[in-house]
Amino acid sequence: MSPEQILQYIFAGITVGSIYAFVAIGYNIIYNTTGIINFAQGEFVMLGGMISFTLSKFMPLLPAIILAVLITAAIGGLIEIVFIRRMRKSSVLGMVVVTIGISILLREAALYIWDEQIRALSFFTGTEISSVNILGARISPQVLWVLGVTSIIVGGLYLFFKFTLTGQAMRACSENSRAAKLCGIKTDSMVNLSFMLSAGIGALGGCVVSPLTQTHYAMGTDLAIKGFIVAILGGLGNPIAAVAAGLILGLLESFSISILPMAYKDVISVIILLIILVVKPSGLFGSKQASSLKDF
Amino acid sequence: MKRIFTVLLLTGFVLSTLFVSCKKEETGTIKIGAIFAVTGGASFLGAPEAKTAEMVVEGINANGGVNGMQIELIIKDSAANPEKAISFAKQLIEEDQVLAIIGPSTSGETMQIKDICESYKVPLVAAGAAEAIVDPVASYVFKTPQKDSYVAKWIFTTMKSMGIKRIGVVAANTGFGNAGKGQLEKYASDFGIEIAIAETYDKAATDLTALLTKLKAQNVDAVVNWSIVPAQSIVPKNMKQLGMEVPLFQSHGFGNIKYVEAAGEAAEGIIFPAGRLLVAEKLADGHPQKENLVAYKTAYEAKYGEDVSTFGGHAYDAVMLVIEAIKSADSLERKEIRDALEAISGFPGTGGVFSFSASDHNGLGMDSLEMLTVMNGQFDFLQ
Repeated sequence: MSPEQILQYIFAGITVGSIYAFVAIGYNIIYNTTGIINFAQGEFVMLGGMISFTLSKFMPLLPAIILAVLITAAIGGLIEIVFIRRMRKSSVLGMVVVTIGISILLREAALYIWDEQIRALSFFTGTEISSVNILGARISPQVLWVLGVTSIIVGGLYLFFKFTLTGQAMRACSENSRAAKLCGIKTDSMVNLSFMLSAGIGALGGCVVSPLTQTHYAMGTDLAIKGFIVAILGGLGNPIAAVAAGLILGLLESFSISILPMAYKDVISVIILLIILVVKPSGLFGSKQASSLKDF
Repeated sequence: MKRIFTVLLLTGFVLSTLFVSCKKEETGTIKIGAIFAVTGGASFLGAPEAKTAEMVVEGINANGGVNGMQIELIIKDSAANPEKAISFAKQLIEEDQVLAIIGPSTSGETMQIKDICESYKVPLVAAGAAEAIVDPVASYVFKTPQKDSYVAKWIFTTMKSMGIKRIGVVAANTGFGNAGKGQLEKYASDFGIEIAIAETYDKAATDLTALLTKLKAQNVDAVVNWSIVPAQSIVPKNMKQLGMEVPLFQSHGFGNIKYVEAAGEAAEGIIFPAGRLLVAEKLADGHPQKENLVAYKTAYEAKYGEDVSTFGGHAYDAVMLVIEAIKSADSLERKEIRDALEAISGFPGTGGVFSFSASDHNGLGMDSLEMLTVMNGQFDFLQ
C-alpha cells in the first residue's frame, strides 16, 4: 500500500469515526446524569439534518443550522419533561424501553412531517465535486468541517465539565445524584440540561455530516447501534473517551476494508467489541471501580 | 311486444344477477389487492407505487369503471417486510377475496409470496425487479419491471462501445444488489469485460470512500454501482471527492430525479439504463409509448406535486395490465384473468411494450430500456 493510500484510508476512517462519535457523545452525557441509555439519540442526528435542510430554504446556512440545533435541543428538553421526568421512579430498564419508544415516535413523526425522500444539506464550502489534496490523499472539504466541529465539541465539553459550575454540577449528579441534591444542585434541571445538550450536539452532528451522508427519516436506528457500540467501547460515562473509541472503530473498519471484502466490515467491528468487553468489561478507557458502582 | 320486451329484460336481469353472484361479487365491485412498501426502508419504491395505483383506480372509477363495474383497490403497507407481505397476501386472498394482487415492491417480498399466489391460483403482477420472480415461470406470477439481465447487458454493450475493458463492481447487500451483481458477473465475459474487483457494502452505508479507495488502487476503467438509495447518491459524491475520473454506471434503480438532486453536481455524467418514463417529453412524437408516458407523468405530477419515478411506473403498468385482462377476460374468474394476462400482446406501458407468453411473464424485450445519462441536472439520452 502506498503512503497516499494509507492516508486515504485514515481519512475515510476518521470521517466515519467522527459520525459515530457524535452519537456516542450524546449517549454519554445523558448516561452521566440519569444512568440510562437514550436510544433516541440517532433520531436527534436525523432531526438536525432534516430541520436545517428545511430552514436552509428560507435563510442562509449558518442561521439555519443554529436554529435547527436550538429546535432539536428544545425537543430534547421537552422529551425529558414529558416522558423521562415522570418515569424516573421506574427502573432503569423501563426508562431505556421508553427511549426506544420515543425513537419510534420521532421517526414516524419525521416520516409524517417530511416524507420518505432522502435529503442532503448543501456543502459548507465548495460543492459535491470539490476535493482537497492533502499529501496525495483527496478528501471533500466537508470532511475538514466534520473534523473541525468534532474537535470544537470535544474541547468545549472538556472545558464545560472541568471549569464551569454547571458542568461540575452535572458531573456531581453522575457521581452521586442524592449527594448532589443534598449539596443544593437541582438534579431535575441537570437532567433536563443533559437532554438538551445531547440533542443539540446530535443535531449539530446531523447538520455537519448531512452533505456527506445525506439525511433520511429512518437513519437514526443504524446510527444508534453504531454509536452504542462506540459508547461501550470507550467506557460508558466518558464523552471524550467516546470520541477516541469512535475514531478507533472508524479506522479499524476502514483498514479492514483494505484487506478483506467490505461485507465483513461489521463482523470485524463486532468481534473487536466482544474481545474488548471480555478482556476489559469497563471499556477501553473506563475504570473498573467506577463501572462497578453503576446501574449498568 | 311490450310484454316480450319486459320478459327479456327480466330474464336478462336475473341472469346477470346470477352471473354476478357466481363471481362472488355481490356488491358489483371488482376487488384488486395491492401490497406495497409504503413505509420503511423501501418506501421510495412503495410510496410512489401506492400513490400511482390509487390515482389510476380513481381515474378509472370516475370514468365509469371497467365493464360498468367499479374497482375497489385494497392497499396493504408491508413496510418491505417479507413476513408482513406473506400475511397480507393470505389476508387479501382469503378474507378480501381479491381477484388479483399487484405488488409487492421489492424482490425479496415477491419471492416470498410467489408460491402462495401460485398455490391459491391468484394472479400476481409484481413490481419487484429480480429476474427470479419470473424465472422459472410460475403460471400465476407476472412482473412489470425490466429484467436485470437486460440492464447488465445494456451496461456492457455501452462499455464495449466506449472501449472499457477493466471494471470494478460495487453493490448493496440487498436482494436487488446481489441479483444485479450476479447478472454482471454472469455476462461480463460474454462482452470481453474483466471485473477486476467486486464488492458488497451495507445498504445503509453512509460513507464509501474507503471502499472506493480500494477500487481506485485497482486502476479500473469504469465503476458499476448496483444499489438503491442512499448509496447511489453517495458513490458518485465519494468518487469525485477521491478524484476518480472514470465513468460511473448505475442500475435502473437510479430512476428518480430526486437522486440526481441528492448527488448534485456529482451526478453529472452518470450512465444508466432505464425505461423511457424519465425522458417521456424527449421521445419522438410517433413513439408507441409516448402518449401513455406523458399522460401518466402529467397526471401524477399534477396530483401529488412530486416528480415521477420509474417505480411508480411499475405500479401503473401492473394496474393497467390487470384492468386490460379484466376487460378481455371471458368472466371474472381468477383463472380467466390469468389466461387473459398471458394473452396480452403489444400493450404499451411505462416500462415498455408488454407482450406476455406462456414462457415469458415479464413480456418486455431489451428495447424496453434506453441508456440514459445526467446532463445539467436532467435525464437525457446517452449520445
